[in-house]
Amino acid sequence: MSDENKISRRGMFMKLGILFNGLVATALTVPIVRFLLSSVTRGNASGYLSWVPLGRVKEFPEGETRLATFRNPYVTPTDGKTVDTACWVRHIEGEQFQVFAVNCAHLGCPVRWFPQSGLFMCPCHGGAYYRDGSRASGPPERGLFEYPYKVENGLVTIQAGELPTPGASAALLGKKPPCAS
Amino acid sequence: MRVLAQIGEWFDRRLQLAAPVREVAEHPVPRNTASWWYVFGSAALTVFILQLVTGILLALIYVPSAGEAWSSLQALNHDVTLGWFIRALHGWGSNFMVAIVLIHMVQVFLFGAYKFPRELTWIIGVFLLLMTLGMAFTGQVLRFDQDAYWGLGIGASIASRVPIVGPAIVKMMLGGPIIAGATLSRFFALHVFVIPGLLIAFVALHLLMVIKLGINEWPMPGRIVKRATYVSEYHELTKKDGAPFVPYAVWKDMFFAAFVLLAVAACAIYFGPFGPTGRPDPTIIQTVPKPDYFFLWLYGLLSYLPPSMETPALLIGPVVAIAFLVLLPFLSGEGEKSWRRRPIAVLTVLLIAIVLGTLTHLAGYTPWSPHMNAWSGDPVPDQFLHGTTALQRQGALVFQAKQCRNCHSLGDLGGQRGPALDTVAVRLTQDQLIRQVIQGGGNMPAYGKNLSPAETTALVAFLETLHPLGQAPAREAARDIVLRDDQSQQQNAPK
Repeated sequence: MSDENKISRRGMFMKLGILFNGLVATALTVPIVRFLLSSVTRGNASGYLSWVPLGRVKEFPEGETRLATFRNPYVTPTDGKTVDTACWVRHIEGEQFQVFAVNCAHLGCPVRWFPQSGLFMCPCHGGAYYRDGSRASGPPERGLFEYPYKVENGLVTIQAGELPTPGASAALLGKKPPCAS
Repeated sequence: MRVLAQIGEWFDRRLQLAAPVREVAEHPVPRNTASWWYVFGSAALTVFILQLVTGILLALIYVPSAGEAWSSLQALNHDVTLGWFIRALHGWGSNFMVAIVLIHMVQVFLFGAYKFPRELTWIIGVFLLLMTLGMAFTGQVLRFDQDAYWGLGIGASIASRVPIVGPAIVKMMLGGPIIAGATLSRFFALHVFVIPGLLIAFVALHLLMVIKLGINEWPMPGRIVKRATYVSEYHELTKKDGAPFVPYAVWKDMFFAAFVLLAVAACAIYFGPFGPTGRPDPTIIQTVPKPDYFFLWLYGLLSYLPPSMETPALLIGPVVAIAFLVLLPFLSGEGEKSWRRRPIAVLTVLLIAIVLGTLTHLAGYTPWSPHMNAWSGDPVPDQFLHGTTALQRQGALVFQAKQCRNCHSLGDLGGQRGPALDTVAVRLTQDQLIRQVIQGGGNMPAYGKNLSPAETTALVAFLETLHPLGQAPAREAARDIVLRDDQSQQQNAPK
């Protein structure tokens, strides 16, 4: 072995030192990344969605659309009022409902219901929807987001827990409302 | 005095900073760069320092908790001595900083300062601009009010459109499934630790390069930048026609910096702090969220993009824009520096300024949004009701009650989402009016299901009266022919 290829004692220790630091850094990276991704991975493991009650059927008169509020099922100690969420409940008839998110399907601003003209209107960019949630005009690409619901023992319950956004999967936000007929 | 000098000497013996600092201060700069055009960089740095100081002061009181942030801002505004002033300084400082950084960038671009060998200075400057905008957005979130809450919703809606990983990015951004406590905490971390830390490091690099490479000389038409010769030419220039930065050029920087600080303080005293607007309670939906001034153009753009263009434009647009800015010094690293010989550069700046200015102006009064209260708040002006029949007046009632007014103005009052209807009868015939009301179209919802035949008849009767005095309403030409034929047949008919 020539002199140039010889690894000196100090040189080897330096390389070992770098290797040692690399190993420790890798070992520490795993928990750091897992911590950073916790808000994403938690959603996949146990899920943020659960069934929350909105009120009794008789609180929502047939043929009308009313604003209801519910407490988001996933709460942390510093949330304050932000976990209280609003939604539009349309009682079609009997046990047939439609529960819409207030968030516009364009960029999430809160839409308002106008019973006289049968339209939801958005104050931000002028999106408008018909009473069944389908797109009427403006920039939204689709109808209003709908929460899955069920009626049990006279109680209207919806599956909620995540902010409805245009990119979220269809399963999460219920089916696309049918086109206006 | 001698004691002071001795103390100074004692420190410098240990720190050994006096010589390098003097060298930097007195480094020669080209004489004609001691110009009022070269003061924006130092002004941006001055405002940045103001933001650091006022930011730390605000952090003494502010509570980054979704439950308490809003109340702590109220306390700052109303209870803490001069809390309102520090908030106002920070808020106005933010506006000034974005404005000055943009002006600095335009000046650097028009003076060709991004060309060889200052490419990296420009690229770091691009990142400094992005971080400044990042500070502006995260700062708006920390002012945790209704605008902040719904602004986050808009941010989440945009982020969710990224293919495949969109929903994961949203949860990452919000720190959970909804806009709540964790969201504010992470925006606080970004605004107070992450971005300022990066800003300080990048500002230091930016300044270091300005000192190492020298300030860009005043661009002369015809003086061409060539990689092979530029550095020696620049050194010759500073040797022949140079002057020490301190005090030859620095006094203009100092005057302008002081003037900018004074302007920020004057705005803070005169206009006061920004918000907070209403409490961030998502169950209060009677709100019209709007972003801060420097994002208004984006707010405007988002309402004009056709639905099919929106996602590609939102996701690809920023990438292309940033890539272009970063690649600019490599695309034109040599050649003319003077704006007099770079017409496309000047026109590009003008075009961008006009586009951004127009969108910002439009976002000031949002003609694309329905006026939510026009139907109940803006009465039909008298002149439209003079001499009308009972049916037409009934139509005017329908017009108000069905919220047509939210999108259509009469006498300059009402929404601007749809066309003004003051003279609609001149444009549309009776048949066309009926069709438009019932079927909608052209961005108007269909009202067929919400109007009874009687209401439609009344409404159209009213709309037909909307034409200027002495100008006949539109009639279908075919109908005239039918009527004429009818008449002539009657005349020719044997009696």
